[in-house]
Amino acid sequence: MSTTSYAPQPGAAPLGRMLRAQTGLETRMLLRNGEQLLLTVVIPSVLLVLFSAVDIVATTGPGARVDFLAPGLLALAVLSTAFTGQAIATGFERRYGVLKRLGASPLPRWALMTAKTGSVLVTEVLQVALLSVIALLLGWHPHGLGTPSGAVAVLLLLLLGTAAFSGLGLLMAGTLRAEATLAAANLVFILLLLAGGVIVPLSRFPGAVRPVLEALPISALSDGLRSVLQQGAAMPWGDIGILAAWAVVALAAAARFFRWE
Amino acid sequence: MQTSAPAVAITGLVKRYGDRTAVDGLDLTVATGSVTAVLGPNGAGKTTTIETCEGYRRADAGTVRVLGLDPGDPAQAARLRPRIGVMLQSGGIYPGARALEMLRHTAKLHAHPLDVDELAARLGLDSCGRTAYRRLSGGQQQRLALAMAVVGRPELVFLDEPTAGLDPHARQATWDLVRNLRRDGVTVVLTTHHMDEAEQLADRIAIVDGGRVIAEGTPEELCRSDAADTVRFRARPGLDLGSLLKALPDGTAVAESTPGSYLVEGVVDPQLLATLTSWCAQSGVMPEQLAVGRRTLEDVFLELTGRDLRA
Repeated sequence: MSTTSYAPQPGAAPLGRMLRAQTGLETRMLLRNGEQLLLTVVIPSVLLVLFSAVDIVATTGPGARVDFLAPGLLALAVLSTAFTGQAIATGFERRYGVLKRLGASPLPRWALMTAKTGSVLVTEVLQVALLSVIALLLGWHPHGLGTPSGAVAVLLLLLLGTAAFSGLGLLMAGTLRAEATLAAANLVFILLLLAGGVIVPLSRFPGAVRPVLEALPISALSDGLRSVLQQGAAMPWGDIGILAAWAVVALAAAARFFRWE
Repeated sequence: MQTSAPAVAITGLVKRYGDRTAVDGLDLTVATGSVTAVLGPNGAGKTTTIETCEGYRRADAGTVRVLGLDPGDPAQAARLRPRIGVMLQSGGIYPGARALEMLRHTAKLHAHPLDVDELAARLGLDSCGRTAYRRLSGGQQQRLALAMAVVGRPELVFLDEPTAGLDPHARQATWDLVRNLRRDGVTVVLTTHHMDEAEQLADRIAIVDGGRVIAEGTPEELCRSDAADTVRFRARPGLDLGSLLKALPDGTAVAESTPGSYLVEGVVDPQLLATLTSWCAQSGVMPEQLAVGRRTLEDVFLELTGRDLRA
């Protein structure tokens, strides 16, 4: 047997290398998980195809059914990855001591969180690409992307939505037991899917609850994306404001209450 | 071993969880380059002590210095982390991560890691390198966690029950690794409730019970202590031990521990054996299974705590 030397030569790797390695690992863990893929890829794709093809729910606004549905399902993709998927994965990592063990490694905690965010963004890029291709095949005509302000608005909405949902997901994962997070994150996903303007227009809901529903982050995200991509509007400041407020509050609460063990 | 500042210096450590005091004024010093075993039953405070050194727990009282740094201070802990290796008692690994993938990843977090393939081969992890963590056997999971603790070439390694649940072969591989770490100047602190493990590996042993160190020293020091070597034999039950006691030197104790089993404790030398056997001859007693024994760590522990180590 060779003579490995264990002579001490300690030191942290350069930060960039640690971040790349951790982001890669987090992304692989996410994409390798069957239940996660069901949530992030299969459900949004199936809903997009099904509701575009079949007149189950009357859509609103100009254009074909897919022009209403595609922005809503892009919003759902962000919800599924940044909130539901991240909450469940992080909850179980906490339960299995993964976060604890990483806490004793040279990787700083902020770098772990940055890596998690990076893996969420990578997954979202894949989701947006897939859903866009499906929607285009279904005859989607997105507006607004031709102008710089429209493209910036879409990007800003997606990023703020990711920040808000990540904050909420991490808040849940860092405070509840893993099983409770699993149940609650799935329940919230379904409720927001139904009552957040994703496939059912909010105008179908009674006037009394509409202001409450409109203040939800998923509603702001789907409405904001729709106002650009379906109606060709410029910057939807109201929706951006709602998402920014959710992002600040949720991330601050997660930073304050997250427990690593 | 060079004389230098201790790798770990703990004085008066107290840690409470609610009403329960897990660690109650514990003192421990670990010399640089040594292997120290923290030995004690479950609930003695071993893991809490180790996890305070690793920066997971905040001391309620006392001071803890690891490589001269305070693990309770965030800035100092950040400087400490790259220099130590940690093996938790269980878990700590993504269930879906493959064994070699996880080891390779941990290596990437360090500046000068060991060769991953060679380390994996040494610990018998090469054959299961592509197996997901949750599908590894308990022993493979333990060895992967051990490999992750040493891959970054740390100065100091904390191993919390590194051989719990391992088969004899895997246990031997772990012991070999600890011996090689020591050979190359790495300081090792390990917890165990296996006596033989502590005796085999450790330069010094700290016996912990009730949140304190109740005895500390080299294995020889702990076993030697104030005499008390033993002679055991079997004979018919109910011997008149009074006359035997009179024949033996002062300070020797005799007892019938269970009917027909006799235990003589004292300074056992040839003279004592001669006295014992001639008393047997006079009494018409054949001492069967006569055995001279040294005190074991097991005896020391039992004596100090009144409890079995694995209880």
